[in-house]
Amino acid sequence: MAELSTPTPSASAPAAAPAEPGPEPRPRRRLDGEWLRRYGVYVALGLLVAINLVITPNFLTVSNLRLQLVQVSPVLIVALGMAMVIGTGGIDLSVGAVIALSATLIPLYIGYGPLVAILVALAVGVATGALAGTVVARVGVQPIVATLALLVGLRGVANLAGDRIRPIRDPFLRGLGTGTLLGVPYVVVAAVVATVVVWFVLGRTTTGRQLVAVGGNLRAAALAGLPVKRVLTSVYVASGLLAAVAGVLLAARLQAVNSASLGQLAELSAITAVVVGGTPLTGGQVRVLGTVAGALLLQLLSSTLIAQGQSDAVTQLVQAVIVVAAVYVQFGSRRTR
Amino acid sequence: MPQSPVVDPVVRPVAEPVVEVAGLTKSFGGVHALRGVDLTLLPGRIHALVGENGAGKSTLIKVLTGVHTADAGTLRLGGEPIAFTRPADAQAAGISTVYQEVNLVPLLSVAQNVFLGREPRRFGLVDTGAVRRRARELVARLGIDVDVDAQLGRLGLGVQQMVALARAVSVDARVVIMDEPTSSLEPREVETLFGVARTLAASGVAIVFVSHRLGELFALCDDVTVLRDGRTVHAGPMAELDRVGLVSRMLGRAVEDVQRRGATEFGESHARGGAGVQPVLEVSGVSVRNRLHDVSFSVRPGEVVGLGGLLGSGRSETVKAVYGDLPTTAAAVSVEGRPVRTGSVSKALAAGLALLSEDRKAEGIIPDLSVRDNIALAVLPRLSRAGVVSDARIDAVVEVFVRRLQIKASSPRQKVRELSGGNQQKVLLARWLATEPKVFLLDEPTRGIDVGAKREVQSLIDELAAQGLAVVLISSEMEELVEGSDRVVVLRDGHVGAELDGDGLTTSALLSALAGGGQPVGEPPVGNPPAAEVASRG
Repeated sequence: MAELSTPTPSASAPAAAPAEPGPEPRPRRRLDGEWLRRYGVYVALGLLVAINLVITPNFLTVSNLRLQLVQVSPVLIVALGMAMVIGTGGIDLSVGAVIALSATLIPLYIGYGPLVAILVALAVGVATGALAGTVVARVGVQPIVATLALLVGLRGVANLAGDRIRPIRDPFLRGLGTGTLLGVPYVVVAAVVATVVVWFVLGRTTTGRQLVAVGGNLRAAALAGLPVKRVLTSVYVASGLLAAVAGVLLAARLQAVNSASLGQLAELSAITAVVVGGTPLTGGQVRVLGTVAGALLLQLLSSTLIAQGQSDAVTQLVQAVIVVAAVYVQFGSRRTR
Repeated sequence: MPQSPVVDPVVRPVAEPVVEVAGLTKSFGGVHALRGVDLTLLPGRIHALVGENGAGKSTLIKVLTGVHTADAGTLRLGGEPIAFTRPADAQAAGISTVYQEVNLVPLLSVAQNVFLGREPRRFGLVDTGAVRRRARELVARLGIDVDVDAQLGRLGLGVQQMVALARAVSVDARVVIMDEPTSSLEPREVETLFGVARTLAASGVAIVFVSHRLGELFALCDDVTVLRDGRTVHAGPMAELDRVGLVSRMLGRAVEDVQRRGATEFGESHARGGAGVQPVLEVSGVSVRNRLHDVSFSVRPGEVVGLGGLLGSGRSETVKAVYGDLPTTAAAVSVEGRPVRTGSVSKALAAGLALLSEDRKAEGIIPDLSVRDNIALAVLPRLSRAGVVSDARIDAVVEVFVRRLQIKASSPRQKVRELSGGNQQKVLLARWLATEPKVFLLDEPTRGIDVGAKREVQSLIDELAAQGLAVVLISSEMEELVEGSDRVVVLRDGHVGAELDGDGLTTSALLSALAGGGQPVGEPPVGNPPAAEVASRG
């Protein structure tokens, strides 16, 4: 009953209060929850780097930085896809299982040559993404349900396909996993390329602009004639593809695949990086750089704690605190509006 | 017992009132939803609660059912002052509600649904035999013809609604509130539901009945309370009002109101094409299940055709069906003589239709996007090359419309969420105008915006029509409709009830057309009026 727009009886009658008082453009101070949500991740990352410079010996060495970046790259690649899905107001829980399945296929198809094996792995990522997207966009199943089913199902398929730990002995893949381009590991190059591509898609392409519109207000987007179903399907395809890329890179780096453990909980790391990076879970906005910073923050945090001799349990607890803080900042800033 | 002053003194309560509400007020964050509502419910009577959008019906019902707590005022139940703090309190006190949407479990049986949460128990376990027996008794008492073992979800909506009613009664209710129970029922189902409601009333229960269909109110109700702007403006027996009297009280105007008093910014008349000109938009026989029945009208270039009707008459449904946003059971829509496939928004857009939706927040703005992105939304593909958007071309389009509509934003990059309602509305108008429509469907274009913006929007509509655009205008404000339109098509219960134009287009004519042609009281058809009622067309 917020609207009281019944007609006033006549011009001479005492006028009802105007339905919407207030100044035209509302100027607003930005040093509030909104600011924290947008830039908090950079502040936290800066602080963590500063602390490491003081307490961690050999922090600022090429080998350490390279290690950190190599470790964060697959997570970041998955998180970029997740950020697009979350931008539409959805979620993709299947990425960890997609990593496992795509990586598992590599030793099985390596006999046809590394390129065929990689293409098969990527195609599976696209196919599972298309399946998730179709179920969400056309059947109308909630994203969390649709992708949860895939999380369980695809992991099962991966375990069936590769029922034990399989080594990969292929020079091309070894080169991909361990080689460098001008001193930068290929794995990191892949993450940088993925970041630039996602940034371009979101900022410059029709589909990217439509993606945030669909996430911001699905009904309005549909009434404006946007191809809502196509947009929704395509973000899950992108997420599946990026997860498969991460799977290929992990297989190449580890030179062995364990279908039961690879990519385990990757969906949670990715969601954490996205949320910590300032992308609201409600959709309508995607922060690509924030996602990069979020992934870096989580990586640096766990490596710092491990370097300080803390157990995995402590690391997980600290991550939990960060997630809670990020979500609190999101919803806190929304409520003050 | 002091009666409320607006209650007709002729009404002598034959029995002690079950519910007496006096001077109820309730506001939400500075917006007054109720500003002093009185309501008296008598046992064994069916009481109509009527009012247009924002009158306060829903808030009143929520106070009565314990969802909201009133700010001030008294609520007496059986003479005792009472205050509900939660819905369970109201239920325990014997106030039950049947909602528009059936709130039951489709997979359970009828009997299980009736006693859900209050199953009779034996030895701590649900006594299934008693559940079925008591459900059967209850259903028989209400005259509902249904197998209590049937799975609820397999039954028709009307039967489900009656099961909901049986459930409401099974708690020994003294008051049953029926909030738009008929809105998705077939006419035959409505009849049966009425029979059940009458049986229930005859057993001494007080019933509150909310419906937008005037015919149903007159057919079923004994008493009526009219709310407007959060106040009780009329209370008395239904038989003392005719349709026009009821509608004029709902809308808050005297029947003798004159025409064209200059209360709006609209000019005298639009550049009219004359009868010989081919219509741009032709709509014929549009039907939407249970909502619209064979709606037809046409709009010529430069003409503003108003769509009038009370709440629930099918105005918004009509434009949504034309725009392809609502599935139709039958429809023929053509733009410039070319048929448009209905049921597809993108086809409608491509044909040159544009729809400014009535709900700006839910169906219009994308709050976190900028003014610029909101304006460019529907034309992005046109401003792109090979899927890559051209910011320069977007800026050019946006600049034109920001200047033309005088959109006040700190910059085109400001988030649309931060603008006032009037400027948000202008952003949406710009979004649709950027598509260069041939027909502009405007659903309540001035609702909820400040007076200044309202004038600007009204003159814009005039200007657009003068330039040859065909406009369909929906408005709940009678002045806006009468002064803004060249012709008004009046909808009643999903039918075209009348068409007013020229000298026949006055607020008083509109009022009686809205009410149903000043029909005599007490004998209106239930559900669908017969085709003979479609009077004074053309």
